[in-house]
Amino acid sequence: MPQKYTIHTKPAPPKFYPVGKYATIEFRENCAGSCKECVKKKCVYDIFKNNYLHMSKMEEPEYLYTCNSCFRCIQECTKGIFSRVINPEYRDIGDEYYTPDVINRTWYQAHTGSIPVSGAGYRGPFVGKGFDSMWTDMSEIVRPTRDGIHGREYINTCIELSRRPERLAFHEDGSLAVAVNPILEIPLPILFEKPSFGVLSPKVLVSMLKAAQAIGTKMFMDADEINETLTPFGTTIIPKIKKENVHRFAGLLKGSDMVEIDYEPGIETFLEALKAAHENLVISVGLPLSAALNYAEIGVALSNTVMDTLHVYADYNGRELHSQNPRFIKDMLRDIHVAMVKAGTRRQINILASGGVSMAEHVNKTIICGADGVVIDRPLLLAMECRLCDRCRKGLSCPVKLEEIDPAYGSNRIINLMGAWRNQMLEMLGAMGLREARRLRGEVGRSMWFEDLEKESFGPIFGERKISLDVG
Amino acid sequence: MNTKLNSLPETKPVRSRFRNTIGKYTIKRNSNCIACGKCAELCPHGVHIKPDNYSAPFRPVEHNCIGFACKDTDHYCIEHCPEEAMTLKENPLLETMGDYRWTPDMLLGHFAMAETGDLPHVDLEYSLGNSGGGFDKMRFKKPEPGLALDLSDEEIDTGIDLNKTGDGRPLKTISIPCYGGGMSYGSTALSVIVGRARAAKRLNSLTCTGEGGYPPEFLPYKDHVITQVATGLFGVREETIQNCPVMEFKYAQGAKPGLGGHLLGEKVTEAVAKMRETVVGRPLFSPFPFHSVYSVEDHKKHVDWMKEINHKVLCSVKVSTPTDVDMVAVGAYYAGAHIIHIDGSYGGTGAAPDIAKKNIAMPIEYAIPKVHRFLVEEGARDKITLIASGGIRNAMDVAKAIALGADGCVIGTADLIAVECVRCGNCESGRGCARGIATTDPELGYMIDEAYVEQRLVNMYMAWRKQWCRLLRSFGLKSIKELRGRSDLLVHLDYLDEEERKQYQSSPGYKMVL
Repeated sequence: MPQKYTIHTKPAPPKFYPVGKYATIEFRENCAGSCKECVKKKCVYDIFKNNYLHMSKMEEPEYLYTCNSCFRCIQECTKGIFSRVINPEYRDIGDEYYTPDVINRTWYQAHTGSIPVSGAGYRGPFVGKGFDSMWTDMSEIVRPTRDGIHGREYINTCIELSRRPERLAFHEDGSLAVAVNPILEIPLPILFEKPSFGVLSPKVLVSMLKAAQAIGTKMFMDADEINETLTPFGTTIIPKIKKENVHRFAGLLKGSDMVEIDYEPGIETFLEALKAAHENLVISVGLPLSAALNYAEIGVALSNTVMDTLHVYADYNGRELHSQNPRFIKDMLRDIHVAMVKAGTRRQINILASGGVSMAEHVNKTIICGADGVVIDRPLLLAMECRLCDRCRKGLSCPVKLEEIDPAYGSNRIINLMGAWRNQMLEMLGAMGLREARRLRGEVGRSMWFEDLEKESFGPIFGERKISLDVG
Repeated sequence: MNTKLNSLPETKPVRSRFRNTIGKYTIKRNSNCIACGKCAELCPHGVHIKPDNYSAPFRPVEHNCIGFACKDTDHYCIEHCPEEAMTLKENPLLETMGDYRWTPDMLLGHFAMAETGDLPHVDLEYSLGNSGGGFDKMRFKKPEPGLALDLSDEEIDTGIDLNKTGDGRPLKTISIPCYGGGMSYGSTALSVIVGRARAAKRLNSLTCTGEGGYPPEFLPYKDHVITQVATGLFGVREETIQNCPVMEFKYAQGAKPGLGGHLLGEKVTEAVAKMRETVVGRPLFSPFPFHSVYSVEDHKKHVDWMKEINHKVLCSVKVSTPTDVDMVAVGAYYAGAHIIHIDGSYGGTGAAPDIAKKNIAMPIEYAIPKVHRFLVEEGARDKITLIASGGIRNAMDVAKAIALGADGCVIGTADLIAVECVRCGNCESGRGCARGIATTDPELGYMIDEAYVEQRLVNMYMAWRKQWCRLLRSFGLKSIKELRGRSDLLVHLDYLDEEERKQYQSSPGYKMVL
């Protein structure tokens, strides 16, 4: 029996105190001083145990991170000297898409490799923008495995990056009559990409590459930035080139199994030439999801070339580029996927999507919208304790000294994050009764969308909706 | 009317388990206080207390303070303090409490109901959350003038029937339109689940074992305890099926639809292991789904099996809310179920992966009208009881769910809030709940007792009943059964013109930090 694909995680505690949500306040002047009932000693989570040590080191108190919000110290102190506020620093990290909560959960997963679990129900808004306006389906009686998703049977998360022939043909003797290129496959539908900003020191990049190599995925990097020190990572790297500079990277392409070319009008001929020169090289075309481009039409045109994979780029938060009223990646992907289905080319090629994937749930939702896999960058930085504080963009020092990160530690954190994400993917796939991530591609029937549910359930009761929720 | 409906259980004050209660307002005395006791003399709400033989007043009981609404009265302590020693402000702590679904006001409101058995006298919005959709966007229409009935609460029927099939089994009626959701022995402290059973008896309602076995402590209340049969079959024995008036097949649950259950090894103490017939310290998995059920026919076999073991038992089928929840409900009906229980995705009490709670299966607000409508079309609606759960937080949510088409609701989280859960969400962590609710830890378990749980729950449901009675009266309805499917009495703010919308209470505008 072939070995099952598993991402092996091991705890990697933070080197710097993560920015926690709560700051406990003590009005010490009111403390009885000799109280035998001191709530600090009784804390179930022991958060006060070493909380004096930070003073001599002039560090943040540990409980800024570890308070579990049970309110017992506040409610049980005999003098009522405790209160609590939201940590002001917590409010400032991230942005509207990478919220403090998303960042904290990412840190937790990178630390533990575990799925975030909590009790007492869901806490968030009823519906939100983008991916938060869709739910995935489940099946009451169908389940892919009989002993749980982590049991003996297997949910396959592999995807292909190479082109598939439209159909096979055979000679009379049974031998293949069409050329079939080698299949390039990765074991999970998540690829990495070098972020376009942040502290991107060699150690940071090596951390990302080591993690990609360990879990069997690949990482997109500009060919210009690939130097000899990265040679050990071989085909883990997907070099990104342009039509005009390809001649400089002939050697690099020989050692690669996949390459990405930036889209430009008329690229088709160049793709043919590149394929002719490198028969076994899988070709991805990077297409920006720009309002200035008819990306669905371009996608269909490219799918009729020798391109293997279309890699579409939205901005970090999944929005359309160069638009006053940007669409969200889920809707753009639907357009491209459906256009290719109509053109009859979708099954031959693969689609990768960059932008808007900040949590595990976004991977499955992106695939439901029509992608084969996703490409991530910011979550990799977050896994290595990045706070998205933007200090690096202003030329200021990194609060978590990212430039000095030990690649063994950095890659450990990224592997943990990917392990937790994959397990969450399995949870969702399992609930849907699917045994293959590939089966999820474009499967909108396995999802429920806000607009549809409102229309179906509430339409007959309340009539026509007068406020259109911005779910884009 | 059934006399039992009118014999409402007695409410009586049950104080918080915690020394310092949390109020909407915070009121402080500074060192200028001369302990004259003027504030205690004035305050009719019990915020200031100074017993005669005490030299100084107690620390203010802040959760009783009505805040700035007191300003216009003649007992406003801030102005009457001769030494100007007191300050009043909104409690900044509330910003760190609650969430979009259970706002701080809703939490404090339910603490107050559980404490007093009455509606809170502080200006708390306990009926609307801040989620921005579903129940939080629905309002009951303003009743037509002249509709209101002049009936007392005792004359209003809030009971629902659980057996409409006419199959000769008992006609079970419960006196309030809700019963307790499954919380297992092992995931929740024994005193909590037994307290719930005691409350169910007094309320003439039901509670549910969850999938943790049937502790002998339930036996005195067995006519009010549902035995749950779930995929792990933990603690399911012939006698536990014979004990119960209603048994519940749990196919799935809203908090983790399509996923199995998981009790961490730390919670599997000797007593829990004995109850579940397993090994101490070993984690327990309830797989998903029932591997003996892959069709409606298989399901019917399950139902028949239970009916054969107990000739009086009613069968409830608990499912989650997938796209085809309406088909599932009709399937349950044809298999002979008395109750179809749909559990929406936003609820749940026990620990579950966050990704599941947020993303898998549809919210209950969508599922109720979908199922109700389909059962009506199939001609089955009056022959089966439709119970909704999963994110039903308060009395008005229950009423809205009934107006959308449910007969009644199953409640879980609100029960825990009544016993002072603050929804910190750490139910699964090592020793379990720090507040002694969802734990089997011997030290933490001491924090709560059955009598406290029983009375707090009775109080909360009696406060809820007051809200239902007020609503029914205003629409000229004598029974909550008449409210079922009356979606014509509801509006949804997003489906109204701006002018119409202004007539209704707007959604709470809390600023949440997530």
